[in-house]
Amino acid sequence: MGRTLTRIAHEILERNRGVEELALVGIRTRGVPLAKRLARAIQEINGHEIPTGALDITLYRDDLMRTAVGAQPVIRKTEIPFSIDDKRILLVDDVLYTGRTIRAALDALIEFGRPRVIQLVVLVDRGHRELPIKADYVGKNLPTSRTQSVQVHLMEVDGRDEVEIVG
Amino acid sequence: MKKDLLGIGDLTSDEIYLILDTTEAMREIGQRPIKKVPTLRGKTIVNLFYEPSTRTRTSFEIAEKRLSADTLNIAASTSSAQKGETLADTALNIEAMAPDMIVLRHASSGAGHLLSRLCKSRIINAGDGMHEHPTQALLDAFTIREHKKRLEGLKVTIVGDLLHSRVLRSNVLLLTMLGAEVWVCGPATLIPPGIERLGVHASTAIDEAVADADVIMMLRIQQERMHGAFFPSTREYFNTFGMTRARLAHAKPDVIIMHPGPMNRGVEIASDVADGPYSVILEQVANGVAVRMAVLYLLAGGAEGD
Repeated sequence: MGRTLTRIAHEILERNRGVEELALVGIRTRGVPLAKRLARAIQEINGHEIPTGALDITLYRDDLMRTAVGAQPVIRKTEIPFSIDDKRILLVDDVLYTGRTIRAALDALIEFGRPRVIQLVVLVDRGHRELPIKADYVGKNLPTSRTQSVQVHLMEVDGRDEVEIVG
Repeated sequence: MKKDLLGIGDLTSDEIYLILDTTEAMREIGQRPIKKVPTLRGKTIVNLFYEPSTRTRTSFEIAEKRLSADTLNIAASTSSAQKGETLADTALNIEAMAPDMIVLRHASSGAGHLLSRLCKSRIINAGDGMHEHPTQALLDAFTIREHKKRLEGLKVTIVGDLLHSRVLRSNVLLLTMLGAEVWVCGPATLIPPGIERLGVHASTAIDEAVADADVIMMLRIQQERMHGAFFPSTREYFNTFGMTRARLAHAKPDVIIMHPGPMNRGVEIASDVADGPYSVILEQVANGVAVRMAVLYLLAGGAEGD
C-alpha cells in the first residue's frame, strides 16, 4: 500500500506539474487517512506541504430517504480548513464502485466554492459503475462480482493495512 | 429514535449523545458560504405555533431551510383557531395535506402527545405548556458540553420560575440522566412540590445553590402563566434571586451563565451579567439551529418498528 501511494503521489506531481494550488480532500471514513498519507508521500518527494481536508457526504447521499426503515446513518464533521476556490482538488476515497459516493462528494464539494479542477484518487477500483464517473489515479484495479464486497482496512482506522475481498 | 420527539423522557442517553454528536456536524454547515444541504429535499414540515415565539420558531425554520425542507408556518393568531377550531381538528386537517413533520408549540401540556396519537406525521414538541421543551434542553446540553467537555459530575444550578418552566423539566431530565448534579433554586411558591424526586437538590437560598456551580441557568419569570401572587414585586424578586455580579462570585471561576430567553433584564438577571464575559446566552441561540437540524435529520429517517 505504501508503494502504491508513493506511485500515485508521483503521478499527481507529474500530471499537475508540481504542487501549485494542489489540495487533498478525503471522503470519510477511509479517504481521510489516505489523503493524509498522500500528503506525506508528496512531502517526502519534494518537501511541500499540501493542505488536507475531510468531507462527510452522508447528507448528500441519493439513498438517504429511500429506506423508510431503520436509523439514519451517523454524520460526522466536514472539515475543509481552506478555500477551495481555484484550487486543484484531489478527491480521495478507498474504493470506487457504483460511483454514487463520488457523485455525492462532487455535489458537496461544489458548495464550498469553485475549484479549478477536481481529480479523483482511489486505492481500489472494483468496477460496476452506475454513473459516468472515472478515477484519475487508481491504486489497483480489482475485478469483482457484484455479490462480493471489497473492504479496505487502514492502520489509522482498523489497526492494519489490508485490502480484503469478501464473499 | 422513536417516531416523534415529545420530550427528553422519550430518549435514552445513547440517543442524546447521538443527537449531540450529529449537532457537531450540523454546526459546520452553518459556517459554509452556502449554508444548505439537500438532505430533506421534498419533505414538508409544518411549524404549528399556538404561542408567541421568536427564537424557537425562527430557529426551527432556519434549520428546516438549511436541510432543504419545504416549510410553512402557522401561527394560531392568524389561523382558524381564532374561529374556534380545536387543536385536534386543525391537526387532522393539516395531516390530510400529508406533511412529513409537524413542529408544535402549544400552551397545554401534552398537546404533542395528542397530535402524536392522531397523526402519521412525525411530531416534534417545540414546547408544550409547563411540560417539556426537549430541543431547548438538547441545545443547552450541547452548549455546556462544548464549554466543559463533559456533562457528568458538573454542578448545574437552575434559578427562577421553576413551577411554570418546561425548560426546567426537560433540562432536569436530561442533565440527571447524563450524570450532572442539578440544583434548583427559587422562591418557595415557585418550587414545584416533590421536585426532589426528580433527583435534584432544591433550595431557596441562592448563595448556597450557586456556590461552586459550573453552570448557572436563569429562567424567566413567566408572568403570563401566573394566576396569583407568587412574590411581592419583581423588584423584590430581583433583590432576592436575581443574578448579579456579586452572586456570581460564589460560583466557580469558569462558570457559564445561560438563559433560554426571552430575558427580563433587571428581573431574573442583571444586564451586566447577561452581557458579561461568563454569558453564553447568544451561543445557545446559535447552537439551537444546529441541534434542531440534528433532530430533524435523525427523525426523518424512520423509527424502529415502522
